[in-house]
Amino acid sequence: MALRGRAMVSPQSVPSLPKHVRIQYDPVRQAFAVLSPEKVFWPNDISLDILRRCDGRSTVGHIIAGLAADYDAEQEAVAADVIAFLQEWSDKLLVKL
Amino acid sequence: MSEPPLPPIGMLAELTHRCPLQCPYCSNPLELLKANRELDTQSWLDLFSQAADLGVLQVHLSGGEPTLRRDLEQLIAGLSARGVYTNLITAGVGIADGRIEAFAEAGLDHLQLSFQGARPATTERIGNHRGSHEKKLETARRARAAGLPLTINAPIHRHNIEEVPEFIDLALSLDAERLEIANVQYAGWALTNRDQLMPERAAVDRHAEIVAAARERLTGIMNIDFVTPDYFAIYPKPCMGGWARDAFMVTPDGTVLPCHAAQTIPSLSFERFGPRSLAAIWTVSPAFNAFRGTDWMQEPCRNCERREIDWGGCRCQAMAIAGDAAATDPACAKSPIHARMAMLIDEAQRAATVPSKDELFVYRRIGVVTEPA
Repeated sequence: MALRGRAMVSPQSVPSLPKHVRIQYDPVRQAFAVLSPEKVFWPNDISLDILRRCDGRSTVGHIIAGLAADYDAEQEAVAADVIAFLQEWSDKLLVKL
Repeated sequence: MSEPPLPPIGMLAELTHRCPLQCPYCSNPLELLKANRELDTQSWLDLFSQAADLGVLQVHLSGGEPTLRRDLEQLIAGLSARGVYTNLITAGVGIADGRIEAFAEAGLDHLQLSFQGARPATTERIGNHRGSHEKKLETARRARAAGLPLTINAPIHRHNIEEVPEFIDLALSLDAERLEIANVQYAGWALTNRDQLMPERAAVDRHAEIVAAARERLTGIMNIDFVTPDYFAIYPKPCMGGWARDAFMVTPDGTVLPCHAAQTIPSLSFERFGPRSLAAIWTVSPAFNAFRGTDWMQEPCRNCERREIDWGGCRCQAMAIAGDAAATDPACAKSPIHARMAMLIDEAQRAATVPSKDELFVYRRIGVVTEPA
């Protein structure tokens, strides 16, 4: 019956936002919102930065390297945070792997 | 109000009360509006535009059956042009060929499809509509083929609570991203039919366990939202996320309400869009400010540590059961009349075992009920 399985994040995963999720700037609240079927999320700057890099082309490894460079942070620390974040969002079906 | 209200995020637009189904728990009011009372296309588009200006990010297009509006494509396109996230809430019965594709083309973001049962016989009996189950399956297939993400909505009550495992399999087989196991809320038609709809306590416990296990098992595969049965609850639901806090709804004739059943509170009067702007109704109308925030609360809500979690629960349930819209929702264990909920469950069980005369339910139809029960 269940044709799909739970996707697990790896450095080789290529995350993207599914069709039913989009990032949008809200001029009323002057903040970026993530819109999904029932919920609206207000991600902080770092979460937003991760989500924006989920473009369906970049691997997780590439995203981590890019963030580590931009935030001048250790790759390992960034990797743990990014993987945990993407796994959580994937589990909620808000990010596609 | 001590502070000006925040802008609303969500809007439920009941485009019409017309519907091919007659579910006995319909959230529409008992006095249904006929087609000639519905707002025209331009009025809805103006309202949606004002809603977007005000800060609304999501619009749920509902009814009745919203696809009975021939201008639905136009309404979706209007919302889409403003960047508003659109969710179509449909019974999925009798949608003409090509329309689902047209909704997708117009920019529809998501489709929510109701199933009254997981088995064809249940779906047909609850909605009082022959052949409805097969039509819904077809709607689901067409929605997925058109690339629309899908939620299956299953309103749960005595007559289908044992089908919960089958609902889960059904939603998976239809490639739904999301399943709502939504225990019926006893307002409106469901209040009229409460004795026939109220499930047994053992069945409620069983199905809650099944849902919890399925959520765990289906992590990352399908989201299951669970609307708890509040007669069996300890704490009330934060109805609408709090009265006039971040969402509102609009009836087919443009009356703007804080929630579905708000018109059952006799002390309040509600304004229509058109004579007044949406911004004025949201910010200054007395009905919207009546239970906004926490200033209106009595004890035990007033000093409760959960007052900004539950927001006092449901005002309409307080009205219906406590006879006071400003009382604590009796679903809350802290309500002085919480025990009445358990009595009502027991009464319903006794009443449900009495063989009924002709029809099991008071089916939802225009003109069946002319006075609020």
